[in-house]
Amino acid sequence: MSTTVTEAGAPPARLPLSDVLARHRTALIGGLALVALLLGALLLGGGAWPARFSVDLSGPLGDASDWIIDNRDSHPLFLYFFGHVSNAVVLSVRAVYLVLLAAGWAGVTAGAGLVAWRLAGLRPALTAVAAFGVCGLLGMWVPTMQTLALMVVAVAASVLLGLVLGLAAGLSDRVHRALRPVLDTMQVLPAFAYLLPVVLVFGIGVPAAVLATVVYAAPPMARLTALGLRGADAGVLEAAASLGATGRQRLLTARLPLARKELLLGVNQSIMMALSMAVIASVIGAGGLGDRVYQALASVDVGAALAAGVPVVLLAVVLDRVTAAAGARIGAAPARGTGLGWAAAAAGTVAAALVGRSAGRLSWPDAWTVDVAAFVNRAVDWMTAHLYSGVPVIGGTADWAARFTTWVLDPVRDGLRWLPWWTVLLLVAVLALLVGTWRTAATAVLAMVAIGVLGVWDPALDTLSQVLAAVAVTLVAGVATGVAAGRSSRLERLLRPVLDVFQTMPQFVYLIPVVALFGVGRAPAVAAAVVYALPAVVRITTQGMRAVDPVVMESSRSLGATARQQLWRVQLPLARPALLLAVNQGVVLVLAVVIIGGLVGGGALGYEVVFGLAQGDLATGLVAGAAIVCLGLMLDRVTQPAGKEHHDA
Amino acid sequence: MRRRTIAAATAFGLLALTGCGAADMTKQSSPYADAHGARTVTLSVQSWVGAQANAAVARYLLEHELGYRVDTVQIDEVPAWDALSQGRVDAILEDWGHPEQEQRYVEDKKTIVPGGELGVTGHIGWFVPKYFADAHPDVTDWKHLNAYADRLRTAESGGKGQLLDGSPSYVTNDKALVKNLDLDYQVVFSGSEAAQITQIKQFAKEKKPFLTYWYKPQWLFEQVPMTEVKLPAYEEGCDADPEKVACAYPHTPLRKFLNARFADRGGRAAAFLKHFRWTTRAQNEVALMIADQKLSPEEAAERWVRKNGPIWRAWLPK
Repeated sequence: MSTTVTEAGAPPARLPLSDVLARHRTALIGGLALVALLLGALLLGGGAWPARFSVDLSGPLGDASDWIIDNRDSHPLFLYFFGHVSNAVVLSVRAVYLVLLAAGWAGVTAGAGLVAWRLAGLRPALTAVAAFGVCGLLGMWVPTMQTLALMVVAVAASVLLGLVLGLAAGLSDRVHRALRPVLDTMQVLPAFAYLLPVVLVFGIGVPAAVLATVVYAAPPMARLTALGLRGADAGVLEAAASLGATGRQRLLTARLPLARKELLLGVNQSIMMALSMAVIASVIGAGGLGDRVYQALASVDVGAALAAGVPVVLLAVVLDRVTAAAGARIGAAPARGTGLGWAAAAAGTVAAALVGRSAGRLSWPDAWTVDVAAFVNRAVDWMTAHLYSGVPVIGGTADWAARFTTWVLDPVRDGLRWLPWWTVLLLVAVLALLVGTWRTAATAVLAMVAIGVLGVWDPALDTLSQVLAAVAVTLVAGVATGVAAGRSSRLERLLRPVLDVFQTMPQFVYLIPVVALFGVGRAPAVAAAVVYALPAVVRITTQGMRAVDPVVMESSRSLGATARQQLWRVQLPLARPALLLAVNQGVVLVLAVVIIGGLVGGGALGYEVVFGLAQGDLATGLVAGAAIVCLGLMLDRVTQPAGKEHHDA
Repeated sequence: MRRRTIAAATAFGLLALTGCGAADMTKQSSPYADAHGARTVTLSVQSWVGAQANAAVARYLLEHELGYRVDTVQIDEVPAWDALSQGRVDAILEDWGHPEQEQRYVEDKKTIVPGGELGVTGHIGWFVPKYFADAHPDVTDWKHLNAYADRLRTAESGGKGQLLDGSPSYVTNDKALVKNLDLDYQVVFSGSEAAQITQIKQFAKEKKPFLTYWYKPQWLFEQVPMTEVKLPAYEEGCDADPEKVACAYPHTPLRKFLNARFADRGGRAAAFLKHFRWTTRAQNEVALMIADQKLSPEEAAERWVRKNGPIWRAWLPK
């Protein structure tokens, strides 16, 4: 792992104590760790987390679960609060769905194209029309509309909630301080971990799916709103105040307009998060496209899963492009005749809907669908038939998986479990201190302690070992690719669409091909995690390499540095913040998929969450979910560079 | 001033949420139901293909013969009971026996009613591939399993033989069985049936030996013939204590369950689902078309329906 760089050379005579501490940080941390190690060895001995320090929650959690099920149709809390929430969700999703159905495929496609045109320009508009066309061609029109209806409601709720929270945090320091740790935690939460409590309260179905999505998608909006409000130019605010504007006027006329870039970015982020949740939420009855993916995977039908996954990707691409382009337009001179343009767009949509309606073609015609599933399945079959084993010299993928399991995963897991429990805590503390601050270290250690107290120390270390192995592979492959792409524009252009697709493809779609290639077990879970996390790492590395000041590059070249020297001596050290961010992102993404790996034999915490969901067993599922949250917190804090404290979003 | 506005807004919000009377969310249907005046039936489909076959045929007939719109939702077994009780789904067509849920929802809350038998008998057991059983006939008795443990080792089973288990939602006593029968095996949970099937197929392609938790009826038997391993015989109540189970799994007649309100007011759809009753062979035929020939469930159902008129006509309400 990386260490804080300490400058060589003799210190000047008198330094304040804090400077001395900062200068000898690494040595200090090392010394303290050594002392702790000795003390621990003497006082605590070895072994896994001692049972006397853990709490068994299965009794109370089981009771809570029974109570909820028994009282869901009678207790006032449910009748007068959750019931109305649930009702509101069902009504709004239904309303949107009916509007979409009434518009018919012609109306929806035309409407999407026209709105994209007004907001973002001609190219995004064409993309939107093409995307909806493909959804129909794949025979996924109705599921797409169901998912779209759910997304519209979920995104609207997320944006509203995020806006309210963000406003509060942006205007009040106290709220900001209270909200920060919550939002930080939400950011690293694997969605899979909190499906169970939502299901328990709302039952399987759309309300639970929408609420889980809102919980997942609102935090980025809140963060970015707060960031935008806090970052407003003090000079402008001062000017507004001196003109006698009241607090509310200042907010509405100065602070919010100044923050609109962040606000739009927040909307964009919320949409992307919500869409990535669309498929995961199918596990709790979201219906729509996610459910098609989930059902196809049950019959090992990768082709059909892909046919349902592609519309998700397309929706994501369209919404991303449109909101991003709309964001980029802000600040440009306002176009003339906007009202007229919008009127034209609305008229066009209505006209298309009416034409579709009068032609009696409300739903997508069955004759216009293309079956891609068979083709994809043949390709997958061929791959698995020829790559699984018996490939000369290098061996098949199954052999690799077995070797990876025996030589990497097993030693790492057994090593972690062999370590006395307190040395794991110590290790976490030292790593977090070296990379981050005292505060991040404290959070990380407390998170690990919580895992021990919850009584899931062993499975958590198993999950941790998978995360570590996957992160190592991801970083080696991702940084290498990122460095290459950072140095060659052509490679970057080639890679970009591939990365886009891999990043938005629902994680579930990866699961079956990896089983076909790597068998059941931890190896396929790791493989799926690597595939999922790779794009982000590649992207961040590329950006970091690109951001290196060209003047520095030029001057190093003129000093006679070779390309290799330039890379190792100039570019990589200067891109260090980006690389650290890549590690941080990689860890969080890998964890999210390693958990889903419970569905393909990854075992450990992921399996316990799956088990809890499948059996409606709150005690197992919730404890494992909480442990995952703690693990995520720990991993995030350990890899969080000190500077990131001020780098929101 | 600001504080008062906020307080007023909060109060109003709470009032809006709570003031308009009680809302029982356990009596809410799916937002996608009954769009455009169509009558909709929502069926729960479990993740295994046999259940998909039931749902596909029921759906085809409901849509083409009775004029309903059918939504299917994939839900695991236990949560499906909860969803059924809430009316989020109208029917479960294949239940493998959940006495605890039956007590809670059928006996106590009366939100679910039994819908008769499906006509298929389910059985869970341990299976080895036929090619392995033919070469080593004594492997089909649990007493000899330990002798083969080293041949069934994998990277995941940590030095012991591997007993491949499936989805966490399935009924299983395997961990207890391995312990109580003193077997040198490690239960490896594949986490989903899809993963388990993929793994079994890969093993079979290589003619490698394996030992797996599996169940009948299942279409995979047509592709990968398997022989059951004999466990100590099942007796009524021998599986009462999950920690101490040391006997085989029972043979379970699979049953249908309907939401109580749907059974009451579901009209022809409810009557049809109550009459729906077929055989293991018929179910396998459809399941095989879905999972093996990769037909879409609709297409598979259509093919079966075209050939088997006399069977399904008896299910239609008069």
